[in-house]
Amino acid sequence: MNIKVFVPQDSTALSLGADQIARDISRHIDQHNLNVELIRNGSRGLFWLETMIEVSNSNGRVAYGPVSPEDVPSLLASGLLDASPDHALFLGDPELIPYLKNQQRLTFARAGLADPVDIMAYRNKGGFSGVEKALQLTSQQIVDEVKTSGLRGRGGAAFPTGIKWQTVLDATPIDNSKQKYIICNADEGDSGTFADRLLLESDPFTLIEGMCIAGLATEATKGFIYVRSEYQQAQEKLESAIEIATQHGLLGNNILQSGRHFHLEIRRGAGAYICGEETALIESLEGKRGLVRVKPPLPALEGLFQRPTAVNNVLTLAAIPYILSQGARAYAKFGAGKSQGTQPFQLAGNIKQGGLIELAFGITLKQLIDQYGGGSLSGKAIKVLQVGGPLGTYLASDQWDIPLEYEAMSEQGAVLGHGGIVAFDSEVKMIEQATFGMEFCVQESCGKCTPCRIGSQRGKDLLVDISDSQNVQQNIELLEDLCDTMAVGSLCAMGGMTPNPVLSALKIHQHDSLNQASNTHSENGDF
Amino acid sequence: MNDADKIKQLISDCIESTSQLDGPLLPTLHKIQDNLGYIPKESIPIIASAQKRSKAEIKGVISFYHHFKTTAPARVEITICRAEACQSVGSRQLEQQISQDIEQSQLQGKYVDTNISPVFCLGNCACGPNIVVNGQMHGKVSAEKFRTIYQNEIASLVENSK
Repeated sequence: MNIKVFVPQDSTALSLGADQIARDISRHIDQHNLNVELIRNGSRGLFWLETMIEVSNSNGRVAYGPVSPEDVPSLLASGLLDASPDHALFLGDPELIPYLKNQQRLTFARAGLADPVDIMAYRNKGGFSGVEKALQLTSQQIVDEVKTSGLRGRGGAAFPTGIKWQTVLDATPIDNSKQKYIICNADEGDSGTFADRLLLESDPFTLIEGMCIAGLATEATKGFIYVRSEYQQAQEKLESAIEIATQHGLLGNNILQSGRHFHLEIRRGAGAYICGEETALIESLEGKRGLVRVKPPLPALEGLFQRPTAVNNVLTLAAIPYILSQGARAYAKFGAGKSQGTQPFQLAGNIKQGGLIELAFGITLKQLIDQYGGGSLSGKAIKVLQVGGPLGTYLASDQWDIPLEYEAMSEQGAVLGHGGIVAFDSEVKMIEQATFGMEFCVQESCGKCTPCRIGSQRGKDLLVDISDSQNVQQNIELLEDLCDTMAVGSLCAMGGMTPNPVLSALKIHQHDSLNQASNTHSENGDF
Repeated sequence: MNDADKIKQLISDCIESTSQLDGPLLPTLHKIQDNLGYIPKESIPIIASAQKRSKAEIKGVISFYHHFKTTAPARVEITICRAEACQSVGSRQLEQQISQDIEQSQLQGKYVDTNISPVFCLGNCACGPNIVVNGQMHGKVSAEKFRTIYQNEIASLVENSK
């Protein structure tokens, strides 16, 4: 068997010098005329180990990481291409690294194994089996299968996917055109999330297959993938994947000789967080400002160009091939309560071992941090976690026993969102985070609803005053009142959920101030 | 053809190449910006008439999206992530240091037209702080690492202009 060396080409690895590493290894191979194949794979999502190089030969596959460009000469000298263990960065079999081994990878099973656009590698690892199964079923049978799986929208709203698809399947376009659409929401704007990007860059065929199945299920013959403009690398991978999938009959007219059709187009976002909201995304796709629409009508009935449209997140659609190929019950075996299946959690921020962790719902925040996080990056204690992106709640350590599943989170006034978890160490100034919560809304509000457009600016002003210790009590009351108005008076989650980070951060700040005050008092011997 | 005509021709080509799409406006604007680095104001009436929309609508769309620029880019365009994950590893301080560095190099006469703008999340949240310099993302950026990146970028610009 040939020796293969894998150097990832995903954005994280590239941001840490992977291209330089690949160039240096390639030069070494050429200079010594070695029979070694260099493959640019995706990432396995163990970002704390990037750039993670892997070498495979007849004995198996081993990894090295985190490799910087400066490590390449010593790695080569100590026998990298012979898979030698004689280097400090040697990690052994990557599949045995506990961080990866202990995961339950269904959606991300193939991430990082091969060149992401190598369609034969995809097929060899079980690719296409979902769509092949779907082609033997009626649309209704596919929808029923998805309902049975219990899959809920992974974008954050957690709406049951099967019910959404049923609505689209049953809908008749008002213009009698028969045209329905699938839109994949790849406008992953939440800080602390990178699962969509990882999938697009490391295993794009899974998404394409999932969308194809969604098309078969709802009788939609056209799909759009709306990718945020910041994700350049993801777009490039997706473009070549679509081209290759079309050549291999997975897309286009007459999918796999079935007589069914599905066409797929990529659309780039343009740096507007709000376009992650489904109706704003639809407006944007239509070539308009990304203003949120009033619902009803539901997009499932009157969506893109007023036609029935299923808008699903990348992770929702990417879960579909597994559900079809292994069966809904196999998928529903994972999970807890009404949150069935797996969730790709993303550990980020001030954390030593950040990366993607796909696990069944139900693990607690504390378990996730303890078993995978490895402590903070700075070495100081982790003080708070923000879960669910910029509209998610800040949770102090006494709240980390919550199981990570939709209902348990919402009982605690928190959201799971897209599964992103950002860690902050003890240096964090919570009043700054509260202020940023409003600032972000100022920047990203679409402007349609007054409480969100104006309220966020006023909220920011109030928080600046609070941090300057001006009329603190009175301003906090005003702020709470304002947050109420934003929560009930905004059409979408932007204004509606901005109070989550703001009020939770403020609460932790107030708690800290009280503690600090009592400490100062006791130090001064006031008690 | 003079420069103004060339630009007009390019704008028309961009409109033409996206005319078959449903909802073509964003793809058209992207195409223009990919080619010119920004969307010149001359393009607004041309797009409006080709896509049968009002000039106000086209302008409204351009101004809504942070990504679209209406002035030519600087030679070095730096975007710094300001979102929470990068904040948690010191992006606020890094942004200040980067601004100071660039001001200083300006004072020392080593100034190369540089623009800094914020971005909210680059999707590299496990390896922050993150910045993008002329399209290339860099992770785990420290003040020191930034200086090297910036100097290399300037050196390669000088090299390419020779």
